[in-house]
Amino acid sequence: MEKLKVDILELLKEDARRSPELISTMLDVPEPEIKQAIGELEAEHVIVKYAAVVNWSKVSDEQVTALIEVSITPERGRGFEGIAERIYLYPEVKSVYLMSGAYDLLVEVQGASLKDVASFVSNKLSPIDAVLSTKTFFVLKKYKQDGIIYEEHEDDHRLMISP
Amino acid sequence: MMQRNELQVDTGRDRSSMSDYLVPQVRAIPPSGIRRFFDLVSASKDVITLGVGEPDFVTPWHVREACVYSLETGKTQYTSNAGMPELREAIADYLSGRFAVDYDPGSEILVTVGASEAIDLALRALVSAGDEILVPEPCYISYSPITALSGGTPVGVETYAKDQFKLTAESLEAAITPRSKVLILCYPSNPTGGIMTREDWLPIAQLVEKHDLIVIADEIYAELTYSGRHVSFASLPGMKDRTITVNGFSKAFAMTGWRMGYACGHPELIAAMLKIHQYTIMCAPVMGQVAALEALTSGIGEMERMVESYNQRRRLVVHGFKEIGLDCHEPHGAFYAFPSVASTGLTSEEFAERLLMEGRVAAVPGGVFGKGGESFIRCSYATSVAQLTEALDRIGNFVHRIKMS
Repeated sequence: MEKLKVDILELLKEDARRSPELISTMLDVPEPEIKQAIGELEAEHVIVKYAAVVNWSKVSDEQVTALIEVSITPERGRGFEGIAERIYLYPEVKSVYLMSGAYDLLVEVQGASLKDVASFVSNKLSPIDAVLSTKTFFVLKKYKQDGIIYEEHEDDHRLMISP
Repeated sequence: MMQRNELQVDTGRDRSSMSDYLVPQVRAIPPSGIRRFFDLVSASKDVITLGVGEPDFVTPWHVREACVYSLETGKTQYTSNAGMPELREAIADYLSGRFAVDYDPGSEILVTVGASEAIDLALRALVSAGDEILVPEPCYISYSPITALSGGTPVGVETYAKDQFKLTAESLEAAITPRSKVLILCYPSNPTGGIMTREDWLPIAQLVEKHDLIVIADEIYAELTYSGRHVSFASLPGMKDRTITVNGFSKAFAMTGWRMGYACGHPELIAAMLKIHQYTIMCAPVMGQVAALEALTSGIGEMERMVESYNQRRRLVVHGFKEIGLDCHEPHGAFYAFPSVASTGLTSEEFAERLLMEGRVAAVPGGVFGKGGESFIRCSYATSVAQLTEALDRIGNFVHRIKMS
């Protein structure tokens, strides 16, 4: 991908609210070119969405996240795609990855309680024909996601004025 | 002495004043202008500061981790006086690869406690009473006081916004006398952000040759240039033996607090500096040296990313000052913008103080950096984009109010 687009993506990744005008100044590229590049990135679905990164543990103590290792039998002709879709369409599923190694899909599920997640696994996930086995791991604490550290910490220890 | 202290009346002139014990050179050093401003800023609340002369990045984790690991494995001893041989070799490779200057790690490189120590050593080794030391100004605040400690006379050579704060041969030659011995060069420049290209350097090099000067080239901001690679003074024809190149890890690798620097030069000059260094310092701290080695061997990529990020913020700030209506030459190096506040009718001291009190933004008044800085303010853009944007808004409103009234 051309450098301009990568630069734009990096600036938006840091803060998705940055305006084309600001990005134009920071990259020293005319604003119409920035707008066009962003438009293309959106159309190509490179920029999938502009969403806030939320620390849900601050919203509700009850929220539970689980990572589930799922082993499946691939379907003839479609491989893992069809099963993955059947799983990721559930709204409680936050992410799905196809993995190399001992299992096939890594599924991140979010629920209002332990029971909620448990019932998702037993009533929805496990009964899928192709699913051979599941292993559920509950997340105790999230430290960092997508390069963003959750813990608030003061980074700037600098003196207010220095020569 | 303690008894006398109890009895003392602090008139400043009284024989019993403790300061009477001080040597005249130290007493003669005026209080730092930046220090006074620091106190003022520290007492203020809700201020965005553009007054910080260091990166806003924390030292990259792999560098910090290398230091932690070396402590865990018990690397806590003295190193050779000149610094760890591996580090000196890495410095030699680095300078040769990036700035085309070749130094022998065995005899031409000395690892110091920050570039500051290197400058102090160089001046102590070269300056005696009566020598004149040429210092292009506005410049970093330490050169003149350190020169004075050695009994030398600092001679400011003014540089101008119209020349983008480059040192010109005319100004330099006008300041040279038979007593001139050393020329201190700090490019890319703190505080102006000015740089010197090869074409800018060549006439300076001719004067150095003609007047038999020694150069101390403080190249601490060498990596922070935004329109082509910095040209090391020592890389110019005939200049290597006449130049003590001073550099360090603070600015490029975001390692200010580590105090890691180095000096490179002719073996006889480095040997003289090493003599002072071995009796005063012994060696630079070993943990810092280990970290510095890690920075040089696997930190270049991360350093380049930091420089790119400064460049983006540089454009933002220069653009911002233009919108506000403050004249600002385009700074091609370091991480400072140096806009003129002359159009407001205020001196830089007045402007900085009122901006702090009324606008809640701290910037350093240019006068503290010597001749020619009086109508400018130094604004560091090594601060987050959000803070810079807010600071520019505040400065804009402040300037607008001043110009209206």
